[in-house]
Amino acid sequence: MVLIWAALALAIGVPIAAAAGSELLAWRGPIYILAGFAGIVALGLVLLQPLLIGGYLPGLSAYRGRRAHHWIGGALVVAVVIHVAGLWFTSPPDMIDALTYASPTPFSPFGVTAMWAIFVVALLASLRRWLGLRLRTWRFIHMPLAIVIVTGSVVHCLLIEGTMERISKAALCVLVLAATVKVMIDLQVWRKRRTLRGESPAQQ
Amino acid sequence: MSTVAINRRSLLAAGGSVLATGVLTSGVSGLLLPARAAGLAPTETMSGGANNYRKGAPVVERIGKGGFWMSGTVRRAGDGAPLAGQRIQIWAHTVEGQEHEPQSHGATLTDKDGKFRLEMPQIIPVFGQPHGHLAYDSGEFKTVFLRPVMRSAKETSLEAHFVLQPA
Repeated sequence: MVLIWAALALAIGVPIAAAAGSELLAWRGPIYILAGFAGIVALGLVLLQPLLIGGYLPGLSAYRGRRAHHWIGGALVVAVVIHVAGLWFTSPPDMIDALTYASPTPFSPFGVTAMWAIFVVALLASLRRWLGLRLRTWRFIHMPLAIVIVTGSVVHCLLIEGTMERISKAALCVLVLAATVKVMIDLQVWRKRRTLRGESPAQQ
Repeated sequence: MSTVAINRRSLLAAGGSVLATGVLTSGVSGLLLPARAAGLAPTETMSGGANNYRKGAPVVERIGKGGFWMSGTVRRAGDGAPLAGQRIQIWAHTVEGQEHEPQSHGATLTDKDGKFRLEMPQIIPVFGQPHGHLAYDSGEFKTVFLRPVMRSAKETSLEAHFVLQPA
């Protein structure tokens, strides 16, 4: 149990620590630095999401895992907003290019697409009860968007030449992909008549 | 970064003229060759090239303390003749300042062979790519903004080439 949590802390902590040692930071302003780290933290949160909803983190009940998944989703929105706002402040024209899909950098459209997918999921998740979305409908919407978020974030991150150290960055990306694939297989999300782990029939 | 080579338009034009040569008798086909097919196509502005541009950067001996070389050529579209005395503006995020800051900007003039070369501080990756910015905006020719990317952040020089067309 301790091992899994320790591995998770390392998977997220090592890339952040490695980036904190990047020599590039010496030539960046505080807001740009904050924006960069918000992006790294966001990727770390993306790793937490499948682990929480899949129930892979020992000591967390399915209910608490799901609650945490919701809160981490909110934190992900905040991290992405800080990332984008900080970059906008640092260089408005570059950020406008990125947000309008007119950027020369190949990683930008992946990041921006993942951002919109995160916003849509968060919005729909917060309105789910109000909209009266059934679990099955919700998963039908959430799963493709989750795939967009994960692939978009990973490609975005891998193509960037920035403060992240290459190996710890690649490792984090592989873990994000692996966790996503595992939770999708375990929950058999493409099957229609399956309940979420621990989901009570009353909520169906 | 060479954007001189072949673009789709010149390729189509060349292809069209080859077709024409095949169809018509060889005697007249030479006359049907469009001028562009034989000439040098103008450089297009690169996306993001104008970002953090400051109008009227001064001509300088060197930007900041130097250590990195930005060089290139300026030629005329069509015949490819070198253009002397053309003002090229250069800016980048370097070890001495961010892209938008005045001290990161400078300009230089091309020599009689249409070549330019300006020493500047080391470019470092910003917004995910180690890149520089260059502009031709003196008005005689159409304005062009370039944004060449370094193959590696460790490189200490970068090239960009302009082929200009009349404004």
